[in-house]
This record gives sequence, C-alpha cells and structure tokens, in this order.
Amino acid sequence: MIAKAKLEQEPLVPFVQILGPDGTANPTDIVELGLKPHDFKTLYRWMVAGRLFDERALALQRQGRLGTYAPLLGQEAAQVGSAYALKPEDWLFPSYREHAALAMRGQSWLQLLMYWGGNEEGNRIPEGIRNFMVCVPIATQILHAVGAAWAAKLKGEKSCALVYFGDGATSEGDFHEGLNFAGVFKVPVVFFCQNNQYAISVPRTRQTASQTLAQKAIAYGFEGVQVDGNDVFAVYKVTKEALEKARAGGGPTLIEAVTYRLSHHTTADDWTRYRPAEEVEMWKQKDPIKRLRLYLEKQGLWSEADEAQLIEELKAEIAQAVSQYEALPKRPVEDIFQYMYAEMPWNLKEQLQELKEYLAEHGGDLPKE
Amino acid sequence: MPQMNLVQAINDALKTEMRRDPTVLVLGEDVGVNGGVFRVTESLYKEFGPDRSIDTPLSEAGIVGTAIGLALNGLKPVAEIQFDGFLAPAFDQIVSHAARIRWRSRGRFHVPIVIRAPYGGGIRGPELHSESPEAYYAHTPGLKVVIPSNPYDAKGLLIAAIRDPDPVIYLEPKRLYRAFRAEVPEGDYIVPIGKARLAREGAHVTVICWGAMVPVALGAAEKMSAQNVSVEVIDLRTLVPLDVEAVIESVKKTGRVVILHEAPKTCGFGAELAALINDKAFEYLQAPIVRVTGPDVTIPTAQLEDYYLPDVGRCVRGIQKVLSY
Repeated sequence: MIAKAKLEQEPLVPFVQILGPDGTANPTDIVELGLKPHDFKTLYRWMVAGRLFDERALALQRQGRLGTYAPLLGQEAAQVGSAYALKPEDWLFPSYREHAALAMRGQSWLQLLMYWGGNEEGNRIPEGIRNFMVCVPIATQILHAVGAAWAAKLKGEKSCALVYFGDGATSEGDFHEGLNFAGVFKVPVVFFCQNNQYAISVPRTRQTASQTLAQKAIAYGFEGVQVDGNDVFAVYKVTKEALEKARAGGGPTLIEAVTYRLSHHTTADDWTRYRPAEEVEMWKQKDPIKRLRLYLEKQGLWSEADEAQLIEELKAEIAQAVSQYEALPKRPVEDIFQYMYAEMPWNLKEQLQELKEYLAEHGGDLPKE
Repeated sequence: MPQMNLVQAINDALKTEMRRDPTVLVLGEDVGVNGGVFRVTESLYKEFGPDRSIDTPLSEAGIVGTAIGLALNGLKPVAEIQFDGFLAPAFDQIVSHAARIRWRSRGRFHVPIVIRAPYGGGIRGPELHSESPEAYYAHTPGLKVVIPSNPYDAKGLLIAAIRDPDPVIYLEPKRLYRAFRAEVPEGDYIVPIGKARLAREGAHVTVICWGAMVPVALGAAEKMSAQNVSVEVIDLRTLVPLDVEAVIESVKKTGRVVILHEAPKTCGFGAELAALINDKAFEYLQAPIVRVTGPDVTIPTAQLEDYYLPDVGRCVRGIQKVLSY
C-alpha cells in the first residue's frame, strides 16, 4: 500500500517543462524537439493569432455583435503546441474553447465568428478537414474520439484522434468510460486535458482528490503525463510522442497540460467572484506568449519590427473576417428543418410549410411587435 | 422458406448484413463469446471474429458514445443495449449527440448507427428489465424509432435500419422473442422504415399498435369478430417517421379508434397519435379516441406485472367503449 504522505511527495506521473517562464531552455532539449526556427515562428504566429482573435471576439460580444463566447486567454501554448503535433489525417475533437487549434487545422476566423454569432454554418467543418464540431456538453466528445480512433485501428489506417477537454470533464462519467474503452481496446487516441484550474468557479481541488489529473490514466492501464501547459515546446513534445506511440500501436496517453484560464469561463461569467486578483497576476507572469517571445529574442530570431509586422498582419486578417461575418445575410428558415434527417420526413415538411405561410402573411418575415 | 422465431430472424438480419457489408459490426455487453443474453448475436463471434462482434466493457454511454465515433470514421455499428432500462445511462449520448450530429455539422457528418434493445414486460424480469421507453426517443428530433412485431418484419426492418443513414432506435419486443415462428426469407430483403402494416383488415374499429401489443390486438379482434364486429389492426412498425397515411386512411374508413400501447399513458406515443388523428381526420371520427395503455406507474415486477400489462380483455373493453359511444 502506498502511504498518502508518499503519494504527495512522489508524483505518480512525470512533469515536462522545456521553456521556463523567463524564456530560457536547455539547448539539448530544443535540439531533441526536431523543430526549426521556421517552426518556432509558426508556433508564435498561431499563439499571437489566437490571442488577437480572442481579444476581438470578446470586444465584439461586449458590443452586442457576437453571442456568448468562451475566451481562450492564457491557453494559447496548450492549444497551439498540441495541434501542431497533429498530422492532417489525424482527427481533432474540440470542446468549446479551442479556437486557436481549430484555426490551425484550417477552419477560418470567419467560421469561428459565425459559430459564436449563433449561425450553425460555423460548425460546418469544410470537407477534407478532420476536425469535429464544437462540443457544448462536458466530456461527451471523449467517447466520440475514442470511437473514431478505434475505427482507424479496425480499418488498418495510421491516423489517430486527439481530444480536448478540461479539468472539470475528468469528473464526468464519459471521461472514465472513454479512457476505459481506450485502454481495453488499445485505441490510438490522445486525451488532452487542458487543466486551466477552474470549471467555471469550481477549482481543480474540488474536482478530484487526486494529486494530478494525469495519474488517472494509470488506473486505465496506460501512461499519463503532466506538462507545463504554458510551455509550447513541452506541449508539442509530449503530444508528438503520444501520437507517435499511438501510431505505432502503443495505445492511448493522457496528457494533463497545466495552464490557467486568465479570462472568464464565458462572456456570461465574471471571474472576480471566485478567485483573487493576485492569483491571476501570478499566472500572468507565466504567460505562454511572452515566454516564447523572450526565447525567440534571445536566439536573435525576433525583433520589435517583426512583432509590429506580425500584429498588423494578423489584425488585418481578423478584421477582414469580422467584416465578412457582419455582412453575411441571415440564413433561410429552411435551415432549421434541413439537417435533421438525410431525407426530410412529412411532419417536418408540414411544419416548415406552416412556418413559411405564417411568414408570408407578414410580408416574408416575423411580424414586428 | 425457413421458419424462424424473432431472435433467429434478428440474428439472421445481422449475419446477412455483416456478410454483405464489411463495415458493419456489433458491439455491446456479452454480445461476442456469449452470443448475447438472449442469444440474438449467437455465432457472430465465430463467423466474424472479435473485431466485428465486440464484447465491450459494461458501459452503456461508452457503447453508444464510441459507436458514434466509429460511425463518424466510416463504420456501421449496431450497438446492443442489454435491456430497455439500461438505455437510460446512454440517453445523453443518444439525444445530445447521435440525434444531433447531422444537424450540428450541417450534414458534414452523420451517424448511421442502430441501437438495439429488448423492450417491454411479460417475462417476469427484475426491475428495469421491462420498460417501454419508445416515447422518449420518438420525441427526440433526429432519431428514427422502429419496433417490429414478428420475425419477417424484424429481419427486413433491421436490415433497413443498418442501411439507414440516420440513427435508428430498434426496440425488440422481448416477450415475443420465442413466442412463435414464422416464415422468413433467406438472404437479403428489406422492410422499409416508415411503412405501417395492415395486420388485419376490418371495417368497424381501428386498433393502432406496435411491437408486443400486436398479438394482443389481433386476439381482441378475433374475439370481437365472434360478436360480428370487424376490427382493423394497424401495426405501425415504425413510430418515427410515422406512416401517417396508413393511420388516417384507416380512421377515415372505420371512424372509431383504439390506440393500444404498453408504455404508461401520459405523454405516451398514443397521445401523439390521438392529436394527429384530431388534426387530420377529426370530421371522420364517430367517437372519441380510446387509449388502452399501461397505467402511469412504474411497471411492477413479476408478481403484479399482469395487472399492468394491457391484455386481450382490456383491448376488447376499449373496443366496446369506442363502439358504444
């Protein structure tokens, strides 16, 4: 029997960090990553893009131009580092905060704005992109990822699935059922937990008495690893290794990226109600973007001018998406009925007809009160 | 033509479709080596192996949730939930995901899965082994609900369900599993989803029913014929999408309707049928519609179960009531 005191002293899972908060790293670790300066800059670009999109989306919501929105602020490295390790043939299953990861995989800013603006077309993943849609309920997508990865294995394909979820999701039954299936059938899936410390207001310590979330993998018969979720290099490294293991038939891995949600749960939330400002300040010191920028500057790979140019480019790109989003016409009411079944049954046809007749009676749209 | 009972017919449907289409697989608790607790998946393990006849962990949300994922990536899973009452742990995956993924993705993804479960009472089962949950699923947009009442339909409907591009809840009247045998063609045929069956032609009263209530209705019709009352029996076979034409046509002919179901009365599928007949054939009705159903209680276990279940006598009483108006 392992004494509780021993458990607290000796973590059951490794913790991986490469890039410290001051932007320093062991050169050997960097060489082992197998990334080139071009990759560093790409990672940086996506992290900054995610943050700028986030800022813009939050502002649009505050101005009444976007619906309820879930900010990603502070989680850029966790998302970008992990998504960068995926191959195009791999499947990505998001929860609802992975805007940066979705964009990296080819979904447009416009599409993301459409989704958060209440237009379901924003969830129409373009053909050829193996992203799944935003998943609003907690942890349910974990089982879908397991199933998709399992299908790949049964079909003899080399693709994997990576699924994002948060610390709160580890309390849901579907998390445990998903990990259990994946362990039993040795499914090529990577469970990527962004432990951002809060499920809305409830802190990580209220989700589980376990010392780490990653150690839950041990009970399901596979490896768990904790990683500094604000260190994009470490996140990339552990995700890449987990995917390589999965591809080689080694089965699943649970990654716990230790990070922090610097903003609200969603725009309907107010974090000042449940956590001290000092705590948030402390985490701002571990900012993932600042950390990578310091590293790039130390390596002579980044300058003030580069930064200014990047921000200008990205702001223009996002501004264009906002203009397109706001210029979109409203979708036709047929959309409500069209996607329930492959073939529309008689009752939906009848109800659509009834709605159209009502609208026609009022000049083609809902009556103005 | 071979004679089969319901279990054999469903088994034959699975085998037929698994032989034809290598992407079809079955998964669930005890469906592999053991061949299912009712033996519905008997010998699939032997013929198709552990990768297509999959014994899963005891985990209903896991079975349905991974089936969704398997379907998204190109396979056609037939998931077995061992008993009706254990659909509840998978309810979230069924209603929040299977039913919505076509909608959520604007058609980029769809979920061609079949979720099979034995349903209904009459086998002296323990608690949560005798439920009739069809109305929950009929109420959820995006699902289809199929309930066969005989071996021929069971095979043809299951093959149709497996080929259907949308998720199908396929409920098997376990009381009829071994109740009788009937002729079932060998090989491939379908019974289309969304088409009712005229189980008995009649002129004076229409009884609308499905699944395990079909033999009850036919028994009542037989009794009434001795009193020179001609009862028409409609076996819906599919609740969603409903064969509205078959229902309305019969109502227009007889003008008197009894709806017979095993599930509790309130918000049962009978309520929907009554409202629909009201919408579409009110002027043909010669009497208020009568519902003969289980009462609004938890279905009792063995000792008092028969007091719950609608039987021939209660159906006869319903028919007499609608005639005497």
